[in-house]
This record gives sequence, structure tokens and C-alpha cells, in this order.
Amino acid sequence: MLAINVALTGNPNTGKSTIFNALTGARQHIGNWPGVTVDKKVGQITKGNKQINIIDLPGTYSLSAYSLEERIVKDYLVGEKPDMVVNVVDASNIERNLYLTVQLLELAIPIVVNLNMMDDAKAKGYNINLAVLSKHLGVSVISSVATSKNGLRQLIDLLEPAVVTPPKVKESQLLAEHLAHIEKIKKSGKEDDLIEEEIIEARYDFINKVLSGAIVKNEGVVSWNEKLDNILTNRVLGIPIFIAIMYMMFELTFTWFGQPIADMLDAFVGGTLTGWVEGKLVAAGAADWLQSLVIDGIIGGVGGVLVFVPLIFTLFFLISFLDGTGYMARVAFIMDRAMRKIGLSGKAFLPMLVGFGCSVPAIMGARALDSERDRRVAILIAPFMSCGARLPVYALFAALFFPGSESKVVLSLYLLGIVVAIMMGVIFKVTLLKGEAEPFLMELPPYRIPTMKTVLLQTWEKGKGFLVKAGTIIFSMSVVIWFLSNFNFSGMVEIEDSLLASIGGVIAPLFTFHGFASWQSGVAVITGILAKEVVVSTLGVLYGVAEVAEEAVDAATQLQGSIGTIFTSLSAYAFMVFILLYTPCMAVLGTIKKELGSWKWTLFAAAYPFVLAWLISLVIYQGGLLLGFGG
Amino acid sequence: MLTLKDIKPGQSAVVESVKVTGQARGRFMAMGIMKGAKLKVVKVAPLGDPIEVLVKSYNLSFRKTEAEQIVVTLG
Repeated sequence: MLAINVALTGNPNTGKSTIFNALTGARQHIGNWPGVTVDKKVGQITKGNKQINIIDLPGTYSLSAYSLEERIVKDYLVGEKPDMVVNVVDASNIERNLYLTVQLLELAIPIVVNLNMMDDAKAKGYNINLAVLSKHLGVSVISSVATSKNGLRQLIDLLEPAVVTPPKVKESQLLAEHLAHIEKIKKSGKEDDLIEEEIIEARYDFINKVLSGAIVKNEGVVSWNEKLDNILTNRVLGIPIFIAIMYMMFELTFTWFGQPIADMLDAFVGGTLTGWVEGKLVAAGAADWLQSLVIDGIIGGVGGVLVFVPLIFTLFFLISFLDGTGYMARVAFIMDRAMRKIGLSGKAFLPMLVGFGCSVPAIMGARALDSERDRRVAILIAPFMSCGARLPVYALFAALFFPGSESKVVLSLYLLGIVVAIMMGVIFKVTLLKGEAEPFLMELPPYRIPTMKTVLLQTWEKGKGFLVKAGTIIFSMSVVIWFLSNFNFSGMVEIEDSLLASIGGVIAPLFTFHGFASWQSGVAVITGILAKEVVVSTLGVLYGVAEVAEEAVDAATQLQGSIGTIFTSLSAYAFMVFILLYTPCMAVLGTIKKELGSWKWTLFAAAYPFVLAWLISLVIYQGGLLLGFGG
Repeated sequence: MLTLKDIKPGQSAVVESVKVTGQARGRFMAMGIMKGAKLKVVKVAPLGDPIEVLVKSYNLSFRKTEAEQIVVTLG
């Protein structure tokens, strides 16, 4: 079968993804560009006896290689030479959008210009003459409203290499003049910077000439967009509205929607599924160790992380939705000043905030950042935001050792996490990841109602990444931990005699000066890397409480006798601080590996928090002793 | 010398010259901030920075440190 490659290019926020999704539907797959973690989306359409591969290039404002995305697009267009390019242009923002188009024309590759969002352009009072535009640009121009699939039929008809030719320079006097002008500037022998500048000016000059004949503007219409923005980014109301929206987002995720489903899933995995599998294994006469491996090791381990899936999907859905409306750009706008104090841009605010729910989406959200350096910093510090899984640990210990002042203790831990994140952010910026500060330059796109299909596909793309990549690491680690907790060199044993207990005993002396040097805490620290909430159940198992109650207060009563004698209030606090700051859980490490694509950085992300946690926890315990809080 | 930083929300200005240097210069120009461009300062973020500017019929946001390096005349 004949195959042709069609690349989709365009500025961000032009509906390019909507067009891609509408064209390819389910027949698409998402990976990363070789060596970098920018999405590479490829989809297929079959047309007659031809297969059309559509490559959705990252959204860019120009081809000048100012950013990673721009480099990818330029390299692809110049290096891979697709058979044709569909340049998606936001008709309501045509002047700036055509800048990329002009650059494509200069490259002389076969292109079709697709003016999208024609409805918005009309609402803005623009009347665009497609025939004139097409003549001046020397290429075919079609229009569409992708959200209602208008015009897409026509686009598909044009996906024929025979139809699309390189820009017809001979037929457009304006284009011929422009190209000649560019050549003249390039040969002028001036400094490179000056040449670049003159070329940029020449491009906008060309755009003005093209548009003057092709567009009638009937401006002066005050759009609902402007009115809405006057409220949402208002000097006084902007921040309270923002806090309210974020609060709603978290309520939906952790109270109304995600958590109840997570609880149901937990009950299903821990109850129904476990029971069913157990029944099958017993019926099949499986050995005890195999039953234990499957049920405690695999179902228990993977299931413990699987219950996060509803939370992550709900959060991603809400973020994708808000992103599609254009509000996320306003969040960055509102919070930039505050975030700059810690050396990051406003675009890093949301990932950090999301970190209070779970570090996994926080780390994936760091993709929004412009520079690779900012993204690294954000990924390395995001796990210090106290995620939801640490709360059971805090709740239990606070109830046990600080009755009456639980909330103050828990709050202090959340704040400590933020302070450490800020501190490390600043330190990374001046040491490991130093460099010139990036300017903040961001489009504030018009507010729009996103299409459900686009939002759902984005949610799925992000969530699937977590399921697959983190899943494999979690699966193997679960098996390893199960093995260590059930075996020693003489065979299968109880956990007190297991290899895990020995390892716990080996690392316990690390905490000699922290006040919690028991092998049990050592084991809890190890299993906590699997998932932070496992710390509580591990201690429960080790101290002989079969099933630790879900409610912190009940659990505290159960564990009163045993843990209460081993920890003091001070060492319990030092322990909580350690749990807060040390190595992120497996799911997070799996995500970091996926996002940074480097084992070296992943190991660093695992190791340095351990060292930091050890030091800070030590200072707290020893400082507390000095201050007389030893009792 | 008047810079974009001095322009109040609601006021319009014409760019005289862009003093931003380095790679950022090209980025600003590609986004339409160049000599002769007509701008309107739309608003300042609630915390006082960055600013929002209307240029080429779309809204662009950048910080005051860069706005200070864009020389303008009222217009």
C-alpha cells in the first residue's frame, strides 16, 4: 500500500490537536521524539488504496529553534521531509499565526494552509477572503471549524501529493518579492543578529501586505472573552477566584469523585479480586508460596498503587479541561511573581500544587515548562510537596504522640515540605542546573470551551503513561519486596526472620542518632519506597497488629502498646519528617525515569532526598534533645 | 525615554526600539514585538508582575524586566 506522510504544524492554541484527533480518531499512537520527552503523535487515515500517516508536530510560534519544540519541528521538516505539510492557522489570530506560515513558504515545501476557528474570526469581526489569501501566499487555503468538524472533509480531499505543490511563486507577485527581499538581506553581509532582525521585519511586512488585500476587519466588538478575563484576572478578584477554582479541583479529585472510586477499587482489589484469585489458586492446588506471591506480592503491591489511578485520571481530566479553556495560562500569569521568588516561572505553579495530591501528575505536569532546566528543577523538588499518601502516616503518628494538637503537627510537616522544596529549588538553580534565566513570554489564549474528545484523549494519554511505565517498575519492585519479606537463605520464613528484616536491621543503625533505630522502622522505610502509605501497614504487621484500622485514631489505639514504647514524641516527629522528605515512592521514580529519560537523574532523584531527609531529621532530633524535648 | 513599563493599563503605545538582548530578542520579535508595532497594555497581574499586552490582535504576557527594555512612544 502506498503511504504518504503529512505533518501538521501550527501555533499552540490553534485547534491543531482537535483536527488531529478528529482526523485520526482511535488510530493514533503517542510516544516521545527520539531522546526527548516531547509527545510524538502519529495517526493514520486510509484513503482509497493509500495510507496517510499524519504526524502532529509540537505547537510552535516559529521555526527559529528558540525552544526544544521548535528544534524538533525544524529538524523534522528539514531532515525527514514529509510529503506535505498542513499548516493550521487560527483565523482569529491570523496576523501572528501567518509568521510560521511565511517561514514554511520560505522552505519551499508543499503546504496547505488550513484557516481554523473561522467562527471565532467572524465573531471578532474579521471577514477573510480565502481566494485572495491563497493567491498571495501561492498555496491552497481552506477554512474549518474543527470543533464541529466543518471543513475537515475538504482537508482530507487535499491530502494528495499530486494536488499539493510547493508554493507557486510565479503566480504570487507578493511572495516572489518577499523571497527576493529575504535573499537580498541574507547576502547583505551584515552581522548575523542584524540579518535575523531584518528578516523578521520583512516577514511581518509581507504578512501586512498579504492581509491588507485579504481581510476586512470590523473591530470594536467587545467580546465576552474580554469581559470574562476582566473578572478572572482582576486585580482584586483574580486570586480569590483562582483559589476557589483550585479548591474545587481538589475537592472533586479527593472528596467527591476520585477518592470514592479509589476506595471502591481498593475494596474490589483487596476483597473480591483477592478472594477470587485465592479460590482459583487453592482449587488449582498451587503451593503456599505461589499463593502468597500472587496475592500478597503482586495483587497487594500493584493493587496498592492501582488505587491511585482514579485519582490521577480525575486530576488529569480536570487539568486537561482547564487547560483547554485557556485558564491555565492565566494561572501562570497570576502566579508568576510568586514563583519567580523561588527561581521558577509561573508555569511551574500548577505542577507544584498538584504535588499535594500526588507527585506523579505533578512531575508529568512539569512538561508545561519552557526550558529543560526549569523542568528538571521542578521534577526534582515536586516530591517534597506532601502527597496524599503521606497523610495516613502523619495522621497515625500525630494521633499517637500529639493528641490534641494533631492539625498543628500535620500542618508543620506540610510547611516543612514547602520550605525544603523552595530551598532545594534555589540551590539547584545556582549549582547543578545553573544558567541564564529564561524570559517569561506567554500567549494568553482566548477562553474557549474545549471539546470533550480532546480532553478525554489528553487525559488518557497522560494516564496511560503512568499505568504502563510506572506499572512495570511497581510490578517488579512488588515482587522483589515480597521475596525479601518472605524468604531468607534457609527458605520461606516469617517476616521477623526474613531478608527484609535483616536489611531493616542493617539500615537501622543509620538512625541511631535519630531516635528510631529499630529494625521495624528500617523495614518501614524500605517498604515506604514502594508506596508511602504502606509505612503504616508495615508497622502494623511488624508490631503484630493483623489489620491496621483505616481511621488514624483507631489505629493509634491498636498500636499504642507497641509503637508507643519504641518512639518518643520527639523521635516520632523526626520519623515523620524523614518519611516526608526521603526517597519518593516507586510510582514517582517510575514517572521520573519516564520524564527525564535518564537513569542517572532518576538515581539522583532517589538518593539526594534520602540524604537530605537523614540530615534534617537528625537536626530535628538532636536539636530537640538539646532543647529538652526528649520526653 | 519612555519604556513599556511606564505605560498604564488601557493606554496604547508604538514601539520605538527593542533593547532586549540575546536569544530573547528574536523570540520577542517573532511574537510581534518589534519596531513600529502598535501595543496596548491590557493589565498588570494581581501581584504586580507580569503585564498583559495586546499586540497584533492577540494577548501576550511578559515581565516588567523585559517591558523596561522596550522603548515606546505614546500613541
